[in-house]
Amino acid sequence: MQTTLISGAITRKLRRLAPQLAALFAILALITAISPGFLSVTVQNGRLYGSLIDVLVRAAPVALLTIGMTLVIATRGIDLSIGAVIAICGAVAASLVADGYPLVAVLVAVTAVGLVCGLWNAVLVAFLDIQPIIATLILMVAGRGIAQLITEGVILTFNNDDFAVIGSGALGGIPVPVLLWLAAGLLVGLLVRRTALGFLIEATGINRRAAMLAGVQARFLLIFVYAVSGVMAALAGLIITADIRGADANNAGLWLELDAILAVVIGGTSLNGGRFSITASLIGALIIQSINTGILVSGFPPEFNLIIKASIIIVVLTLQSPALGFIAGFFRPPGAGQPIGTASGEHRAADKAGTTRTDRTATSLSTGERAS
Amino acid sequence: MRQVLATIAVAFTLSLASSVSAQSLTVGFSQIGSESGWRAAETTVTKQEAEKRGITLKFADAQQKQENQIKAVRGFIAQGVDAILIAPVVATGWDAVLKEAKEEKIPVILLDRQIDAPDSLYLTAVTSDQVHEGKVAGDWLVKDVGAKDCKVVELQGTTGSSPAINRKKGFEEAIASHANIKIVRSQTGDFTRTKGKEVMESFIKAEGGGKGICAVYAHNDDMAVGAIQAIKEAGLKPGTDIKVVSIDAVPDIFKAMAAGEANATVELTPNMAGPAFEILATYLKDKKEPKKWVQTESKLYTAKDDPMKVYEAKKGLGY
Repeated sequence: MQTTLISGAITRKLRRLAPQLAALFAILALITAISPGFLSVTVQNGRLYGSLIDVLVRAAPVALLTIGMTLVIATRGIDLSIGAVIAICGAVAASLVADGYPLVAVLVAVTAVGLVCGLWNAVLVAFLDIQPIIATLILMVAGRGIAQLITEGVILTFNNDDFAVIGSGALGGIPVPVLLWLAAGLLVGLLVRRTALGFLIEATGINRRAAMLAGVQARFLLIFVYAVSGVMAALAGLIITADIRGADANNAGLWLELDAILAVVIGGTSLNGGRFSITASLIGALIIQSINTGILVSGFPPEFNLIIKASIIIVVLTLQSPALGFIAGFFRPPGAGQPIGTASGEHRAADKAGTTRTDRTATSLSTGERAS
Repeated sequence: MRQVLATIAVAFTLSLASSVSAQSLTVGFSQIGSESGWRAAETTVTKQEAEKRGITLKFADAQQKQENQIKAVRGFIAQGVDAILIAPVVATGWDAVLKEAKEEKIPVILLDRQIDAPDSLYLTAVTSDQVHEGKVAGDWLVKDVGAKDCKVVELQGTTGSSPAINRKKGFEEAIASHANIKIVRSQTGDFTRTKGKEVMESFIKAEGGGKGICAVYAHNDDMAVGAIQAIKEAGLKPGTDIKVVSIDAVPDIFKAMAAGEANATVELTPNMAGPAFEILATYLKDKKEPKKWVQTESKLYTAKDDPMKVYEAKKGLGY
């Protein structure tokens, strides 16, 4: 009984992730066809080495941001400030390291700065009821200025091998940035899925007022998600700064908030809030980075970069579009893919037609399906 | 060493000569802003050059906005300055305000960038030649590799930006007649360290672990610094296994050069004001119109030029 439950859960999870996984594998196959050797992974200097590893390492900042962004978007919010928070945290990290503070102190201080930035957004959204896109736009604009003030307008460099490990070191052969985003994803994922947090976040995203009337502490949840987003931006800032051994207030994390939003959308989480999947968003981040790295190894002239990226993304999004699922429904032979039980059939129908996603969660809320 | 001393000596005599001729001039300087380290250095050097000559410099930071620059220039005209320096943020829209300056007989000198306006409206433009910068970098590589085969990877600036286009063009011109030097890969690193490192990583992997790459040409030093880190992390020695040549001459590249990790850099001098003040002094004395374009020197620095000393000299300029 236990095993069938678990295998059922895994199948359901895989089915949810199928479009993202298919897209990722298709892209990897395409790149390998263009430049063979893309998939080869070797061990060099005691660490894994290869283009595929590059994808995992370079995806780290966006992957971290995606974890926070998924939660924020699930509450029907958006966090535009994270790119600027990266710049602030990078600047703080570089100046502290350059001043010779111990590594632990730097990590704690930078995480705290990220947390404060997240809380600032949370206060604007949760207590002043400013729309998230505007509330976080404030820090997006001001943040780079703050970072400039900290670095005094220069690229603040440092020479500290201990700190550089965060960006380019390896632990047991696996690059540290990869470990960081995997650990963060696992931690936040378990936190929201093994407790009622995730469920309550979805409820808040679907209808904040209804959730509050039902006794959900929506304000607390909003504070939580923006705080997570800020902390994840702080970690991304640490990685980016440690990677180049310097803080570039102008360019660190520039436009990464948009990549994070894109990763969440590729992951199938609706910008209308409600149901979310951190795993799917992380795969979305990997898809984006695979395209980036693939373009670099393919040898196309740089003028094509953005066009290639946009074309692949539009294909991925079209394949996921609810309208396409609806059209495909007409061509499905009757009886094929019949559900085993009515409940899972309803889920699948909801999966295909993304528009009903929120309704589905709403129904399960009212019937107390998950709560039991 | 002797060369450096000679340059200093020349600069010193020049400054002495001009401080005699320019009797307490007042010059207005409308700067774009401080978007990059180079820009900050240009501001610092301009202030230094003015002070050296006993010129009173009125400084206005436009924060990347042309309307602020136009306002600043009008302010300078109202104050009746002796001359105006403009580092124009965009190429168009200057005609009206330049005419106002001309009516008041105030000479205007453009720094660092050209504009789309009749050249009768300004005295001269002091800029670098970006194609020439690329050519100097290419010439260095041609001389350095001699007859050996050399596969070059190129880190371009932001796609479509004029320094990226021109520095690519100049480098290609320099290596065009040398069949042994070939650009095998070229991608944009957006002028940043992070992207420079990321692109170099993928180049190294795409070229069989970097063994086949003989040199990397970066359109600016920041990307070169990123590339150096990527080369090191791939287990190769930058400067020896893969030569590194770039443009700009910001302080950090001299640190790399001192460590033997970078080979050459071409200077985009932040001292545009020095030549401008010289031209101004001559013009005010002789009333003879100078050439409409004055090209600054694109000086090549290699490990022979005592990189640590240059680093110390440049460190305080605000890069």
